[in-house]
Amino acid sequence: MKIPRTPWLLVVAAGFWAVVQLLRLVGFNDYYLFIANLSLVYVILAVSLNLINGIIGQFSLGHMGFAAVGAYVSGSITTLIYKLSPNVAAHYPGFVLALVAGGVAAALVGVAIGFPTLRLKGDYLAIVTLGFGEIIRTIFNNIDAVGGPRGLLGIPKFSTFTVILAFALITVAVIRNIAESAHGRNMIAIRENELAADLVGIDTTGYKVKVFALGAFFAGVGGGLYAHLLQIAHPTQFGFIYSVQVLIMVYAGGVGSLTGSVLAAFALTILTQVLKSFLSWLKAVTDLPIGGDWYMVVYALLLILIMLYRTEGLMGTREAKLMVIPEEDEK
Amino acid sequence: MSAVLKVSGMSHWFGGLKAVSNFDFEVPEGAIYGLIGPNGSGKTTTFNLITGIYKPTEGKIEFSGGDITGAKPYRIVRKGVARTFQNLRIFGSMSVLDNVRVARQYKPVSTLLASTLRLPSFKAEERQRKAEALRLLDVLHLADRAKEQAKNLPYGELRRLEIARALATEPKLLLLDEPAAGMNPKEVQDLMALIARVRDEFKVTVFLIEHHMKFVMGLCERIKVLDFGETIAEGKPEAVAKDPRVLEAYLGKKGGH
Repeated sequence: MKIPRTPWLLVVAAGFWAVVQLLRLVGFNDYYLFIANLSLVYVILAVSLNLINGIIGQFSLGHMGFAAVGAYVSGSITTLIYKLSPNVAAHYPGFVLALVAGGVAAALVGVAIGFPTLRLKGDYLAIVTLGFGEIIRTIFNNIDAVGGPRGLLGIPKFSTFTVILAFALITVAVIRNIAESAHGRNMIAIRENELAADLVGIDTTGYKVKVFALGAFFAGVGGGLYAHLLQIAHPTQFGFIYSVQVLIMVYAGGVGSLTGSVLAAFALTILTQVLKSFLSWLKAVTDLPIGGDWYMVVYALLLILIMLYRTEGLMGTREAKLMVIPEEDEK
Repeated sequence: MSAVLKVSGMSHWFGGLKAVSNFDFEVPEGAIYGLIGPNGSGKTTTFNLITGIYKPTEGKIEFSGGDITGAKPYRIVRKGVARTFQNLRIFGSMSVLDNVRVARQYKPVSTLLASTLRLPSFKAEERQRKAEALRLLDVLHLADRAKEQAKNLPYGELRRLEIARALATEPKLLLLDEPAAGMNPKEVQDLMALIARVRDEFKVTVFLIEHHMKFVMGLCERIKVLDFGETIAEGKPEAVAKDPRVLEAYLGKKGGH
């Protein structure tokens, strides 16, 4: 008889959910919950960027551009429904559809950007994706219908802990399942040696465009959740510096390790918050000319240290046991 | 016997340098065909032209009766031309097994969605392809290395892994770029036997480039000799070995290399 494999990913997610619910009863305040939510949003962004940068090895620097598309599209939809009828509970199915719509829009933008740019390699691709990320942001900055430089305001707070966790779980599971399939192996082969991949019959360009679209889709969903967590979609939230922040998570965790991206998303989101409050406190007591935003300096330093002392990041390309699907004959 | 590969009037320039000049040749189906010549005589360029890495400046390449001139590399592979590389190009961080599996499943039947949902059809495909890849590793004496990271294999085994990977694409024509490079005499002997066996077992035509004279003379049924982008001799090994132009190219008149 076949014994079904324990869905460890689901177990861990459920465990995390339960722990947070319990902690809520004993003084886990809204600020801590916000950090947990933000971490999960970054899990979605980092894992989806890792699919592009780590699994198939294309250096993209415009991930927040895709998140912006998702945020603005889903935000516009939900704001509209919310205006028509402000009964929040009734809107969850609509919210989920809006998030998916945001993801699909981001994926379409990903394909549109991917076709011309994915012929480029390494540094060139990085510069072009960086440029496109900024272009997307600037476009939103100039569309009055979504608030222009004021941002899209009044987005309903639909991103609850449970919803974000569910989407983070789906993102990780989907990308893990793809990575551990024939398609995923083909992607890794492209990363390892593109010419050789081409010469064993792999349609390298086709895969790159698909992965770009898929990564953009999840970034779009992440961006949508982000907007419905902060209740605003603002051009500055999706600036280049935040794309770099997600990139640092991927590199700190280990390029190609989804486990690493998840861990780094949590660690660095928490670190950011700690640093922000520490720096604000330092400014208050010492009168030094520093602000909360100086945490970016620490980020930059961290990136330099990773590149100097631990290029492979926390995990390298290794995965935690629960992220690995054993082959049938190895059970 | 009919020709599996037919090249006519093929030339290729790199800027002002004519790397390949007006090549005409036919590789008979089922043969082991050798391409030899001193360094820089256009051998690897010929392979790169056949496999679509470069587009020939002039001329036509026909494979199994169809025109493949200037087609994309992966499409040429899918038509049945596979190759190995002179400077190994393995997927280093992948397992030996996965190196072969990738070539076995360059276009998985299961869609991305089916793979994500782990549908039974996906599992069946994975199982079957894995078994096929393992069988190939067995033929190339690499079965006990299946789970190792490819980059940890010694040189000779990597050369065999490249052959296994090329065979996994189910080619009709197998191009081997200096398969014996860097091997000791014993390994060269084994490789000769292996290539002959592969030809018979997989019903492929073998087209190889090699410097190792004993290897070429002992294994190939037909040989083409190049020098400075031009054909200087073609025919059976015994005849080619006695050709004065070949001797000159290899031994030199002025006591060259």
